[in-house]
Amino acid sequence: MTIIDETAWSPAPDGAEEDGRPLLEVRDLHVEFSTRDGIAKAVNGVNYSVNAGETLAVLGESGSGKSVTAQAIMGILDMPPGRIPRGEILFRGQDMLKMSGEERRKIRGNRIAMIFQDALSSLNPVLSVGYQLGEMFRVHQGLSKKEAKAKSIELMDRVKIPAAAARVNDYPHQFSGGMRQRIMIAMALALEPDLIIADEPTTALDVTVQAQVMDLLAELQREYHMGLILITHDLGVVADVADKIAVMYAGRIVETAPVRELYKRPAHPYTKGLLDSIPRLDQKGQELYAIKGLPPNLTRIPAGCAFNPRCPKAQDICRTDIPLLSPVTERDGGELAGRGSACHFWKETIHG
Amino acid sequence: MGRYVARRLLQMIPVFIGSTLIIFCMMYALPGDPVRAMMGDQAYDPAVVANIKKDLGLDQPLLQQYANYMAGLVQGDFGTQIASQRPISDVIGDAFPVTLRLTIFAFTFVTLVGIGLGLIAGLRPDTLRDRGLLTLTLFLVSMPSFVLGFLLQYLLAFKWNVTTPTVTDSTDFSQLALPATVLASLSLAYVARLTRTSIAENLRSDYMRTAVAKGLPRRRVIGVHLLRNSLIPVVTFLGIEIGSLMTGAIVTEGIFNVRGIGIEIYEALTRREGATVVGIASLMVLIYLAASLIVDLLYAVLDPRIRYA
Amino acid sequence: MPDKTIEKTVDALPGDSGRTAVAAMTDAGPAPEKARSLWSDAWHDLRRNPLFLISAVLIVFLLVMAAWPGLFTSASPRHADLAKHYLGAPNWTNFFAADWFGYDVQGRSIYARVVYGARASITVGVGVTVAVTVLGTVIGMIAGYFGGWTDTLLSRVTDIFLGIPFLLGALVILNSFDDRTVWVVIMALAFLGWTQIARVARGAVITVKQSDYVVAAKALGASTTRIMFRHILPNAVAPIIVVATIALGGYIAAEATLSFLGVGLGDSAVSWGGDVARGREQLRIAPHTLLVPSVMVSITVLSFLMFGDAVRNALDPKLR
Repeated sequence: MTIIDETAWSPAPDGAEEDGRPLLEVRDLHVEFSTRDGIAKAVNGVNYSVNAGETLAVLGESGSGKSVTAQAIMGILDMPPGRIPRGEILFRGQDMLKMSGEERRKIRGNRIAMIFQDALSSLNPVLSVGYQLGEMFRVHQGLSKKEAKAKSIELMDRVKIPAAAARVNDYPHQFSGGMRQRIMIAMALALEPDLIIADEPTTALDVTVQAQVMDLLAELQREYHMGLILITHDLGVVADVADKIAVMYAGRIVETAPVRELYKRPAHPYTKGLLDSIPRLDQKGQELYAIKGLPPNLTRIPAGCAFNPRCPKAQDICRTDIPLLSPVTERDGGELAGRGSACHFWKETIHG
Repeated sequence: MGRYVARRLLQMIPVFIGSTLIIFCMMYALPGDPVRAMMGDQAYDPAVVANIKKDLGLDQPLLQQYANYMAGLVQGDFGTQIASQRPISDVIGDAFPVTLRLTIFAFTFVTLVGIGLGLIAGLRPDTLRDRGLLTLTLFLVSMPSFVLGFLLQYLLAFKWNVTTPTVTDSTDFSQLALPATVLASLSLAYVARLTRTSIAENLRSDYMRTAVAKGLPRRRVIGVHLLRNSLIPVVTFLGIEIGSLMTGAIVTEGIFNVRGIGIEIYEALTRREGATVVGIASLMVLIYLAASLIVDLLYAVLDPRIRYA
Repeated sequence: MPDKTIEKTVDALPGDSGRTAVAAMTDAGPAPEKARSLWSDAWHDLRRNPLFLISAVLIVFLLVMAAWPGLFTSASPRHADLAKHYLGAPNWTNFFAADWFGYDVQGRSIYARVVYGARASITVGVGVTVAVTVLGTVIGMIAGYFGGWTDTLLSRVTDIFLGIPFLLGALVILNSFDDRTVWVVIMALAFLGWTQIARVARGAVITVKQSDYVVAAKALGASTTRIMFRHILPNAVAPIIVVATIALGGYIAAEATLSFLGVGLGDSAVSWGGDVARGREQLRIAPHTLLVPSVMVSITVLSFLMFGDAVRNALDPKLR
């Protein structure tokens, strides 16, 4: 089972800046699942793009569609019950949804890799980590078992696992949570992909270990000049590493902004609610803000703006018209690069 | 590992003694008298009966009898069969290879076909193919082996004449095929169902998603990642089934007239000949215990999470 | 809707959408219903399962047949009409008549014998299941609840009984009895069969014992018996029922097999297994004499197995 495909993808140096194409571009992506209760619309027209060397943070509650979008990009959605009725996922300008299964497989793990949330369940419990790492080289590059093992040790060294050579034959359960997540990162990095999707990579870890793992990821990303899509519900994680943020709600992007801008001046009531619900030291003694209500049932998304039942600013129009993601500007109309909001009242939210 | 094996072997001793003691007690303590059974309906003299009992050691306390019996067994002396006057070890020596061939044949069948069917069903859970196979296994489980045995015997041997109704030469594998199939059917259905459940469950696991995300070819995802994890519970079950296949042989051998230990033990039972029954039963207990030890060890090989101290 | 089993929805939806569906379920609908109990959930599932309905109807039918065989036939199962011998061929279209399935070697109506044979199978099957459930639950609960040396001792005893091959053990016991009544057969099978339930009960008790509410009840000073019957037993009942319903089919098959081997109910009893054994000499010339009772055994076992399968799926969706 040795498939050599190094010729298939000769990456243009330095991502895609020179031909003006982003590394990855998601266009009007829709994903739905058939369930017992009807069709669950998990993703409803998502657009985003990532350039080489850039970090996009996708923020949202559980069920906002952020992970489903990532799985659609990876091509690991369960279909059925999943279905992609509409949309394009362009990787270096080519629509991956139109590719054959074999073409997509060769991209997976090789050009686009993914880091999962729970490393313990995401690693195969009965295979040694060395085997699981080496598999990348054996399958995608046709290396021998011995060469693959040497590469695995090298990789484990690179993600700073102590005594790599001694531990290469250990099994996932023999590592600590942080070390396991490093192994997941090593696996994603193995073939030096152009894009890494990290789906809540630190949620399952202790707070102290979280920072270490995030730092490692950011460092390696810089070193390899990779694009990174960081999926999280934790605003704290995002601030230090991301370049830009896309906030998702009920399968739509409700706000996009460069990271600092978003924290300073949110342009969507949902984002504002999320920011207000972060505990802050200067508000000691006050009751913590929480967005009231629950995320919508995806089989019955409310008409109009999906957030309207929970929104403090909701008006009649919010219950009838779906707000489109439109550019956000300064009060005087001055351009705010990279900012957009899908709210009828974004002006009031950002400037009011 | 070595220490674990030693400990398990030590633990097996009381279980072996307990199981055989219970069988021994059931054979000798319950109503029903071997000497009377031996004499049949003919009028008998109580003095003669007492004499025979004394000769056979049947007048001693039960535990003493058991101790004597076990002492002999450890030295390879199973005693003498009353009816044929042959040493029981010879009887077992003749019959056991026959049953062993039949059981191995059936076991191979169970493993290959059972896992194969389970895999076919489990890889596409809740499809027509899956439901069809599940229904088929349900039918197989519902047929006690004598039902399936006679049905196949009637159809294959009497109606279509494709095989002989009984086995005349137990070394001929084509003759053994029918009894082996009948013997295998129940275990086969269970193995298929277990494999199917295990596969379907592991198919949804996170590590399978990782394997796909790594860009591994489907063959490798299933062959290396899915199968290894899914077969762990199946292997345990298979080990235990070796024992049930051996006892199941009592019925199957009877139907197809295979001269193995199943027929021997059944005939010894109707003659109420304790020594033969307990001897063969002890052998079966021993095989069961050995199989479960092997399964435990295999478990360690297949699943690194299990460690033996 | 809120009353669907949550696990299935999670399975259907990968990633975080599944979690939302679960979260959303709690607030969906105009009048949010409380999460239903395991039992009402199971009942809801069962009512819609065709396998369950078919098997339930068959089981009711068999139970009625076992209780009042006279409702189904006016012929006597023991009346031998030697003139009909086994050449009294079946009349497959003469439904519910004495000659529907023909006559056996002694000229007895096979249809009547099949009807009257239900009682032996059902009584033994149900009786053994009840007996092993009670015996196994008690032993398993004691082992699981008290732990320590009690557990070690009982687990060893369980191991010893597991070491005895079931069929062989039953043959040995039953062969010793000249007069094998229903009770003897039930006791013999229960004596050998309790281990499976005991293991399940022990496992369930150990799991429940560690749960917070039992620890809390203990901390509040509830007595041992109270904890056992109020807290542990109700929660260990589901897995025990699942194992017991599936085992029921197996015991019916076991009874038939033992009767076939000549150590089931005494010769005077009408039993399917015994009829199969008596019919085997006629396999070549009059196959219906043993195929009809064989099919009855299979249908009965199948009904109980389907029933058990459906109950298991309803009570434990994860096992599917």
